[in-house]
Amino acid sequence: MGAFNAVFSRDLRVAFRRWSELAHPLIFFSIVVTLFPLALSPTAAQLREVGVGVLWVATLLSSLLALDGLFRGDAEDGTLEQLLLSPVSTTVAVYAKVTAHALVTLVPLICLVPLSAYTFNIPAAALPTLVLALLLATPTLTVLVGLGAALTVGLRRGGSIVGLLVLPLTSPLLIFGTRATDLSMNGEPAAAPLFLLAALAVLAVSLGPLAIAAAVKVGIE
Amino acid sequence: MKLPRWFHQFGSPPYVYRLADRLCPWLGGLGGALLAVGAVWGLAFAPPDYQQGESARIIYIHPQTAYIGMMAYVVMAVASAIGYVWRLKLAHAVAVSAAPIGAWFTFCALFTGAVWGRPTWGTYWQWGDPRIMFEALLLFLFLGYLALREAFDDRDKADRVTAILAVVGVVNIPIVHYSVEWWNSLHQTSTLLAEGGPAMTTDMLIPFLIMVAAFTLTFYWLLLRRLQAEIVEREGDARWIRELVGEGAR
Amino acid sequence: MWRGERCLFEQLHFELEPAQLALLIGPNGSGKTTLLRVLAGLGLPTSGSVTWNGLAVSELAVEQRAEVAYRGHLEALKRDLTVVENLRFHAALWRTDTNVELILEELKLGSVAHMRARYLSAGQRRRVALAMLKMSGAKLWLLDEPTTNLDAEGRALVVDWTRRHLAEGGLAVIATHQPDEFAARGALMIEL
Repeated sequence: MGAFNAVFSRDLRVAFRRWSELAHPLIFFSIVVTLFPLALSPTAAQLREVGVGVLWVATLLSSLLALDGLFRGDAEDGTLEQLLLSPVSTTVAVYAKVTAHALVTLVPLICLVPLSAYTFNIPAAALPTLVLALLLATPTLTVLVGLGAALTVGLRRGGSIVGLLVLPLTSPLLIFGTRATDLSMNGEPAAAPLFLLAALAVLAVSLGPLAIAAAVKVGIE
Repeated sequence: MKLPRWFHQFGSPPYVYRLADRLCPWLGGLGGALLAVGAVWGLAFAPPDYQQGESARIIYIHPQTAYIGMMAYVVMAVASAIGYVWRLKLAHAVAVSAAPIGAWFTFCALFTGAVWGRPTWGTYWQWGDPRIMFEALLLFLFLGYLALREAFDDRDKADRVTAILAVVGVVNIPIVHYSVEWWNSLHQTSTLLAEGGPAMTTDMLIPFLIMVAAFTLTFYWLLLRRLQAEIVEREGDARWIRELVGEGAR
Repeated sequence: MWRGERCLFEQLHFELEPAQLALLIGPNGSGKTTLLRVLAGLGLPTSGSVTWNGLAVSELAVEQRAEVAYRGHLEALKRDLTVVENLRFHAALWRTDTNVELILEELKLGSVAHMRARYLSAGQRRRVALAMLKMSGAKLWLLDEPTTNLDAEGRALVVDWTRRHLAEGGLAVIATHQPDEFAARGALMIEL
């Protein structure tokens, strides 16, 4: 659809004009991942045990970092209200923005994961499952992050509260995702949790943007 | 969708306030009486559990607090949804009143769970127990709701934004519950209640149910009282409130 | 209309016909901006309703939103995109095929067409906002102090465009501190 493409490409263009900001979540991820071995004793076996969990938590935390850019920037310069007033379905606009955000924030993050997984002695055989689980979790995570951004767009300083709202809701992703990777590390089939992640993704993508659009409309008033 | 006419009475603050005044003595009286009966029966007269001994007596308190916590969230979500769709300020007031009560009950559930845990596992906190994890997440959902509400200056905006959060939360609760149970089934950790709950004889079942009823009535009593306070705060200087205050000692 | 504990205005009732102009005047903080936003559908009145062609403004079908254009204090420009990119985006959203370069020439913005919006002066940004207004092709214009930050030439342009818009059968509600600029026959004066 024309409107989707217009909003999507505009958001991508704006994001890349400030490409240095795109690096922040990636750097944050690397720092968090580095802190864990510092805090725990980095024996090979122990790293492998905690590695999957650490990577998932780090990904979740890092995804929160960039979320202000999703709606707040547009709210501050007035483009968001114009978007809502334009003859474009708000839900379509939300889909476009959220997809662009995922592409620009989460996908690079996921690219970092295999490298970090290696440092945690996670066997290479388990990597495809790890990445697949993360990719399947991405739509749900994107919607949750978008919801957090939308709920706080009306606040002057939304930063600290968003984590409170979004993180508890991500716990199923954490549970299923880490389980999938653990199974794969033990050589067992990981289909069940992966299917559950996919089911969550379908649910999130179909219903989430409606809630996000509603929250944005209220926040902008 | 239009609401039936009789429902519109519930949109009138003075009407609801007075209704609460009439209901509260019953709720409070009956709830209090049941609490007393159930507590004494359960804690003093019911037989001890053959597995856990005296410590299992917490079953007359702990599951009830957890159940009320969940019910509070559902009440909050339903009221929020009604308020959002039909623009009923009173519905939002109900949601706001239910939230802190739910949070406290959930906290009590965690607390009583810890008290139960000590004699059962030897420790107050066990990360492996699915119910603790679930209650903790539920508590976070409540806290998030309360924090978001406080963050807005404009009460009307706060009402509607938190309504969206509450509805999303209520959809998530079964998902989170399922995922935590699923997670637990893999890790085979000991739980407070064995599969299907401890075999409850009638001796234990009756006080258990009495406490469930007691807690439920008490919850609604608390809810109505908070709702009255919330109504007064929202209506501020309205004439009916001034009349009420002038009426007599309150 | 209430905002928090304050009643901004009440008992406000007016109707606007095609080719009619309504001017909102009043001191700062009197609620002009709030009223315009409510008219645009960006907020609901505490009581009462706003209708466009018989339909409640907040429930307009998506296509019908093309008939209403609102320009507030914020210029709705992405600072990191160039003027042309901003306008092309606007054209895509509002599904118009106006020639962007032509409008820029008319507004004397040809020289900054490919400059990023962050480097424009306040007056230039206002002109770009005007371009977006023209491009939307809307029947109803809701403008919040459109002549601030503009020089005499710019102000004359706004007035001229408004007159042409009305002459073509359009409607406009304009909040302004200088109602004399826009004085037109049959204009509604609403004082808040």
